[in-house]
Amino acid sequence: MPLTTPHSPPTFATVLLRGLLAGLVAGLLAGAFGYLVGEPRIEAAIAIEESATHTGPVADDHHADDLVGRGGQRAGLFLATGLFGTAMGGLLATAYVLLRRRLRSTDDGRSVLLLAGGTLVGAVLVPFGKYPANPPAVGDPDTIDQRTVAYLALVVLGLVAVWAGTLGYRSVRADAPVWQRFGAGVGGFLLVAVVGYVVLPSFQEVPDDFPATLLWNFRLASLGTQVVLWTAIGLLFSALMSRGGGRPRSERHAGDRPGEPAIGQGTPAHP
Amino acid sequence: MSSSTPTQSLVQPVGSARVWGTALVVVGVLLLLTYLVAFDQGAISRSGMYLHELMHDGRHLLGVPCH
Repeated sequence: MPLTTPHSPPTFATVLLRGLLAGLVAGLLAGAFGYLVGEPRIEAAIAIEESATHTGPVADDHHADDLVGRGGQRAGLFLATGLFGTAMGGLLATAYVLLRRRLRSTDDGRSVLLLAGGTLVGAVLVPFGKYPANPPAVGDPDTIDQRTVAYLALVVLGLVAVWAGTLGYRSVRADAPVWQRFGAGVGGFLLVAVVGYVVLPSFQEVPDDFPATLLWNFRLASLGTQVVLWTAIGLLFSALMSRGGGRPRSERHAGDRPGEPAIGQGTPAHP
Repeated sequence: MSSSTPTQSLVQPVGSARVWGTALVVVGVLLLLTYLVAFDQGAISRSGMYLHELMHDGRHLLGVPCH
C-alpha cells in the first residue's frame, strides 16, 4: 500500500472553504428552526415589553425608535444565523487544521465530528447552564458590558473544560476499563466547569411578573437553535471532509463497506 | 507499521509559518464578523444601531447577551 495518496492533499484554503460552506448551510438551517420555533416566543415577549412600556414608568427606548420593523427583524434572523454559522464554520475549519495532529485520529470525518461536538458542549452548553438566553424584555441595559464579558469568559472556560476532559481521558492508559477513562474525562471537565460557575458573577434580571412558561419555551428554542447549528456544522463539514478529498477506494480497509463511515478505524496503527 | 494505516489524513501537516500567518488573518476576520453579528452595539460598524436591530432576533435566539 503506498504511503502517499496519488492525489494532492487539500490545502488550508480548501478545508477553510468547506468549513465556511458547512457553516453557511448550517446557519440557514438554524435560522429556519429559530423562525419556526423561536419567533412566536419573541413576538409574545415583545408584546409584554410594549404593554409594560405603555402602562408603566419604565422607559426602555431600545425598541422605541423602530429602526428596523418586525418584518425586517424576522428576515434579519436568517442573516444573523447565516453569517454567524459561516464564521463558526470557518473558525472550526481553522481550528481543525491547526489541531489536526493533536486529535490522534487519521480519519478526518471522525475528527471533525468530535471537534464540533466538543465545541457544542464547551461553547454552547456550558455557558447556557449559567447564562441562559433571555427573550426581549428581559435584561438590564446597564449591565450589558458585564454580562457580555462574563458570557465570553464562560465560553472560553467551557472550551478549556472540554480540553481538560480530553486530557483526563487520555491520562488513563488505553487498556484500562473504559469507565475509568470516561470517569477521568468527566472529572477533568467538571473541575474546570464548576470553577467557572462558582467564580463568575450571577445575574438575576428576569422581571418577577414575566411568564415562566414563556421564558422556559424561549430558552428551549434558543438552545435548540444552537444545537441545530452545531450538529449541522459537524455533520456537513464531516461529510465534506470524508468525500471529495481524493482518498481512493482501493486504499480503504478491505472490510470497509462502501458508503459506511470509517468509525472505529481511526486509530493510528503505530507499533 | 505505519504503512498499514487504513486511512490517510486528507490534511497535510501544519507547522509552516505561512499556514500560521494565514490562519491568524482568517481568525481575525471571522472574529470581527462574529462581533458584528453578535456583540456590536454600533461602536465599530458605524451604522448606529441598524445592524444590531436588524439581527436582533438572531442574537436573542443564538443566546448572546443583548441589552
